[in-house]
Formats: sequence, C-alpha cells, structure tokens
Amino acid sequence: MFGDYTLSQLGSIFVMQGFAGLILFSVYVLMALGLAIIFGQMGVINMAHGEFMILGAYVTYLTASFVQSHLPALFSVYFFVAMALAFVASGALGMLTEWALIRHLYRRPLDTLLATWGLSLILQQAFRSIFGAREVGVELPQWMLGSLPITDTIEVPINGIFVMGLTVLITVAVAYIIFRSRWGRQVRAVVQNRVMAGAVGINTERVDRLTFGLGCGIAGVAGSAFTMVGSTGPTSGQLYIVDTFLVVVFGGAASLLGTIASAFSISQTQSTLEFFMSGSMAKVITLLTIVAILMLRPQGLFALKVRK
Amino acid sequence: MLAISDLHVAYGQSEVLHGLNLSVAPNEIVAIMGRNGMGKTTLMKSMMGIVPTKSGSVTMGGAELARLKSFERVAKGLAYVPQGRMIFSTMTVKENIETGLAAAGERHVPADIYELFPVLLEMKGRRGGNLSGGQQQQLAIARALVTKPKVLLLDEPTEGIQPSIIRDIARTLKRIRDERGLSILVSEQVLSFALDIADRVLVIENGEIVHEDARATADEAAIARFLSV
Repeated sequence: MFGDYTLSQLGSIFVMQGFAGLILFSVYVLMALGLAIIFGQMGVINMAHGEFMILGAYVTYLTASFVQSHLPALFSVYFFVAMALAFVASGALGMLTEWALIRHLYRRPLDTLLATWGLSLILQQAFRSIFGAREVGVELPQWMLGSLPITDTIEVPINGIFVMGLTVLITVAVAYIIFRSRWGRQVRAVVQNRVMAGAVGINTERVDRLTFGLGCGIAGVAGSAFTMVGSTGPTSGQLYIVDTFLVVVFGGAASLLGTIASAFSISQTQSTLEFFMSGSMAKVITLLTIVAILMLRPQGLFALKVRK
Repeated sequence: MLAISDLHVAYGQSEVLHGLNLSVAPNEIVAIMGRNGMGKTTLMKSMMGIVPTKSGSVTMGGAELARLKSFERVAKGLAYVPQGRMIFSTMTVKENIETGLAAAGERHVPADIYELFPVLLEMKGRRGGNLSGGQQQQLAIARALVTKPKVLLLDEPTEGIQPSIIRDIARTLKRIRDERGLSILVSEQVLSFALDIADRVLVIENGEIVHEDARATADEAAIARFLSV
C-alpha cells in the first residue's frame, strides 16, 4: 500500500495524519480522563459519558450562535466563554445525575451500567427534541481557521494546535488537582478506602458528587473541542464512548499516564491507517491489535504496583 | 464524656451487641477486653457509624451520635484507630496524616504530632504501605489525633506488633492523654498492655459487659479467666 508514494510524500503523509491523529488524541484524552476519574473513584461505569460531551458541544454551539447574533464584536474570543460554559453545564448535570441516580446504586455495578445507559438514551432524545435531529456545525472565529505551512507538503491546522494546547492544560490541571490539592488528597483517600476515609472525617458523599461533576465537566470541555473536528448531532457521543472505554481499559484503569499513552497509540494507529485503507478496516486492525495486546497483558499498559 | 446506653447492633438478623452500657469519664483510659468474636470490633465500628446502630444511644458530651454519619462523628470529636490500622497505602506518610486535617479545618500538620512520633517526620515522604507494622500504628494514631478528638477509639492497637514497640505505644498513649486531656477507649486482648495503660478494665462477652474493675483493684486472675479459651 505504500508503493504508490515517494519517500518524501510518505513522510509528509505520516506527519499530517499524525497531526490529525493528535486532535483525535485530544478528544480521547479528555473523555477518558473523566471516565477514568469516575471509574477509579466510585467504580461507576458511566455509559452516558458521550452525551455529557455532546451537551458541551451543544452549549458551544448555542454560545456561538448567541454571540454571532447579539455581540458580533466579541466573536473572536467566544470560544473561551463557550468552554467555560460547557464545563459548568456538563458538570452541573453530572452532579445532578449523581445526586438523583448514581448514589442510590453504589456497589451495584451492573445496575449503574444500565441506569447510565438509560440516561444516555434519555439525553439523546432530549437533544433531538430540543436541537432537532440534524447535525449542527459551529462557525469558528477567523484566527482559528487556516493552517500553518511547515514545509511545501506539510501543513498543520491552527485549530488542531489550539485543541492540543487545551488538552495539555486540562491534563496538567487535573493531575495537579488530584496529586497536590487538598481536595485531591481526599479523593485519593476515598479511592483507597472509602470506610476509613469517612472515619478520618472526610465527607465521602460530597467528594463523590464533586468527582462526578468534575469528570462530566471535563467531558463537556471535550465536547467544546469536538465541535472543531466533527459536527454535533444527538447521537455523535455514542460513536466515541466505545473508543473511550477502549482507551481506559487499554491504558490500565486508574493510571493517568496509562490513559494518555493508550489514547496516543490508539488515535495515531487509527489516523495513520485511515489514510491508506477504509475507515472501517482501520478500526478492525486497531481493535485486533488491542485485543491481542490485552490478551498478553490483561491489566493494561500501566498498572500501579502497590502492596495491598 | 462518652456514654453508651442500651446499644443494640446487628448484622442483618443476627444481633451482636445486646443492650450494651458503658461510660468513659473525661481524661480516663478504659480498656475493653474480650476474646475473638465477642463484639469488641463491632462496638468500635458502631460507635464510628461504620456499622449501623439498631437501637440505643451513643452520646458524647451530651450530644447524640447514634444517627450521625462517620465524618460528622469525627467533626464532633470522635477519632478512630481501626484494627489492622487501615493506612492509605499508596499515599505518603505526610499525606496520610493530612487526610485528618479536613475535620479540624486546618491546613498544616501541627508540629507537636511529629514531636510525639519523630519517626513519622523521618519517613514523611515514604508511602504508607511501605512502613513496618509499628510505624503504621503510629501513623494511624497521628492521623486520628490531627482531627483534634475529645475521645480516641483504638481497636486492638497491639495486634501484630513486637513487644518493645507495644511498650512504646503504651507510653505514648498515656502521654497523649496527659498532654491533651482526652479520653481513650481501647479494645485489647493483651492483658499486660491493658493493665499498663487503663484506669479501668471491662470484659465484654457475647455482646455484653460481664466484668468491671478499676486498675487499682483489678483481679488479674479473674480477668485472665475470661480471656482464656
């Protein structure tokens, strides 16, 4: 399949597909971060995570249309406001979900799986009723359009650079919160031993609610980023949830580094293969590779080794 | 300081504590002795709100605790050192101690904690899971003390710890009581340790207190008879 290209063309293809893969990587990392935090803390598998992402995308869309029609002067910076709003909206809905639904189902993993799947169906229909079944696109401000030419044959899109910068920022912020802040310490204590965390004075229920909110809020920001690479429809989230699970499982649950490494390898494989063969063949090969690796290494890429 | 009256605790249908009565005076150390399966740990857990109370009351300084959640009891001044220590093993020693700060509303570990347990200052950056049993026990006590308790509960603090460290722990517990003026309730199987630290020794059998002695008048042989199988 490589025979039709010269060496320098191949080089350019790999660089540009690699870059396109990095945007996919960003969405995966943001989605998987939220999912992994929630799973690590509460053992809850959130099937509705994709819909929280799409909620963020719709919030971005709404902000864009509002700014366009009412405050056109501020259009160039609307994206930052949209991201903040997406975080708040998804986070708030996440906390509401935890309070109304999830907290009654702790220690019943199969039930939470079904309940959150039901929630995802409800949210999809709600999106369809409110925003219509047609996919919507977000118009980007002028400075995010276009691309930077690096060589004659290599160009990288500016919005891609922006999304990646954003992802790095959020990942660093999450790592800081979990490993350095007082609240992160409480989260880790609850993860390790819920009963004992309560017995040293930590309000475990509040920690749960905030964690769920944070995980969903990050999904909302992922949704904001997602509007740059895909169009937003009621069921767009579903396409990503399976891939995101794959990222979390492949990386080794509850390992931040593993999540990043696995998101990177999956998105790069996917993106590079897509250029040379059809999208579904690329997916098949990616999945087969992951299955093979997981058979040899069931605990994922990076599993934390500690005395129990 | 701490008063338990007519406490019933059950796991489902099987009742473990049948109307237990117990009180601890301010600044007093009380030891609860008893063989395995007699309800010592259940009593501790129910006082912390880990096992639900079926009926009866637990009051501290007049405030009713029996319906509160664990973290609310800690805020009221109850602290707990569990059996098996239950250190957060992947967190560092310092972080372990800091988990207790939430209840006291403080930001930094008070210096007197490290004065009490110098070894914890040395090991500050190590993971809790890599400490020896005796060091973990000190860590668990330090973690409980930073919540500024009025009553400290210890569940079998000597379990799995070498004799020289047991003497250290006894000395430290008495020092804590004298310096901080708190009350201590400790469950034990080692009679010498209990007689060393306690002002009063109780024996629990089948979920009820069956014997009580002040240390001064304690009849060692009588208590030992309760403990032998």
